[in-house]
Amino acid sequence: MSFEVRLRLSLGEAEIAADFASEARLTALVGPSGAGKTSVLNAIAGLLRPHEGRVVAAGEVLFDSAQRIDLAPEARRAGYVFQDGRLFPHMSVRANLAYGERLALPAERWITRDEVAGLLDIGDLLDRRTANLSGGEVRRVAIARALLAAPRFLLLDEPTASLDAARAEALLGLIERIRDAIGVPILLVSHSRAEVERLAGQVVEMG
Amino acid sequence: MSGWLSAAEWAVIALSLKVSLVAVLASLPVAYALAWLIARRRFPGRMLLDAAVHLPLVLPPVVTGWLLLLAFGRNGPIGHWLEQTFGISLVFTWAGAALAAAVMALPLMVRAMRLSIEAVDRKLVEAARTLGASPLRAFVTITLPLSLPGIAAGAMLGFARSLGEFGATITFAANIAGQTRTLPLAIYTGLQVPGSEGAVARLAIMAIVLSLGALMVSEWLVRRSGGSRAHVL
Repeated sequence: MSFEVRLRLSLGEAEIAADFASEARLTALVGPSGAGKTSVLNAIAGLLRPHEGRVVAAGEVLFDSAQRIDLAPEARRAGYVFQDGRLFPHMSVRANLAYGERLALPAERWITRDEVAGLLDIGDLLDRRTANLSGGEVRRVAIARALLAAPRFLLLDEPTASLDAARAEALLGLIERIRDAIGVPILLVSHSRAEVERLAGQVVEMG
Repeated sequence: MSGWLSAAEWAVIALSLKVSLVAVLASLPVAYALAWLIARRRFPGRMLLDAAVHLPLVLPPVVTGWLLLLAFGRNGPIGHWLEQTFGISLVFTWAGAALAAAVMALPLMVRAMRLSIEAVDRKLVEAARTLGASPLRAFVTITLPLSLPGIAAGAMLGFARSLGEFGATITFAANIAGQTRTLPLAIYTGLQVPGSEGAVARLAIMAIVLSLGALMVSEWLVRRSGGSRAHVL
C-alpha cells in the first residue's frame, strides 16, 4: 500500500475530511482551491494533527488515533516539496541541500547530490544565496533538498507551478523517473489535468 | 583623554561598564527563553508571565528596588538562601547593582527578542522538521540564527538601559563609592556637592556618548538584518 489516509481535521472554521487508499506509485490529489488538499499533505507530514483517523505511507503507520500512534514530523521521513519552497534564507543553496542529507542515514539515501544537481540542473546555483533565486530556481532547489533527505515517500504540492513550460516538462520527466526507477510512493497535488493524466496511477477527488 | 577625567571618574565609568556588561550577559539567556516562550508557546498563565516581565518597565524603579530588597535582602527568602548556601550577599555590592540593572533591562530585551522570534517564519521550522530535524535542532539551526539580529539589538538596548539605571540600583544596592556608585549615581552625588559642576558635566557627557553608542549599534544591527519593519520598540 502506497498511501492509506482516513482523517478528519479542523482548520480554523473549516472541517476537512479525507478518505482514500492507493496502491499506485503516484497518486494525484485533485479538487477545487480550499478543498483542503494542502492540509491533507500537512497532516501526512505530521505538521497538522487530525482529530482522528489513520495515516499510512509506504507501509508505515504514521498516525493512528485508535492506537495512539502519532510520529513526530522528523520521524515520518516525508519528502515534502512545499508550494512556497521554504528555503532557509540564512543559508546558501549548498547548505540548504545539505540540511536533510546530513540527517539521513547513508544506507537509506537513494540519490546522490551529483545526480540531483544533474537532474534538476542546479549545479550552477550551489553557491548562491537563496534570496537571489528566481521562483523556478527556488522550486528546483526545494525538490532537490527534499530528495536528498532520503525520504520514504514524496509529497509534492503543485510542483510545476511557477515553472516555464520547458522546466515543467523536465520536472515531469524527473517525477516519472523517480516513480518508475526508485519506486518511492508519491502523492501529488496538482491543478493541471494534463499533468495528472500523464503521471497518476490513481486520482483522488477532494471537496 | 586620560587627563580629561580624573582617576575616580574613570573608576566610575569602569564600574558602570562592568555592571552593565554583567547585567546584560547574565540576563541574555533568561530574556531569550522568556521571549521564546511568549512568542511561540500557548500555555495557561502566558499573559501573566508577559505582564510580569513588563512590570519593571511600568513600576516606579524605586518600587522594583524595594521588591528586590524584600526578595534578595539578608532576610529575604532568596537572599537568605544565597547567604546560607554560597555565602553570597548581593545587597550593597556591585553584583547587586548588576542584578538591579538586569531586572530593569529585562523587559526591553524580551521585547526586542520576541519581535525577532515572531518574525521567523514558522513554516521554515516545519520544513526543517520534515527534513529530519528534531525540535531542538530546528531551533538551533533555524530560529536561533534567524533571530540573531533581535538578540543583538536587545542586548544593546539592555546595555544602554543598564548604564542609565538609577532608582532600583540606589534602593537595592545603595550608593557606595567604588562598589555601587555607577555613572547616574555619581552624577547625582556630584549634584549634591557644591563645586563639582565640572565633574558632573564630564560624567554626563560620557553617559551621553556611551548610551548613544549603544543605541546606534543596536539600530545598525536591526537595519543590517534587513528589517526596517522589525524596529525594536
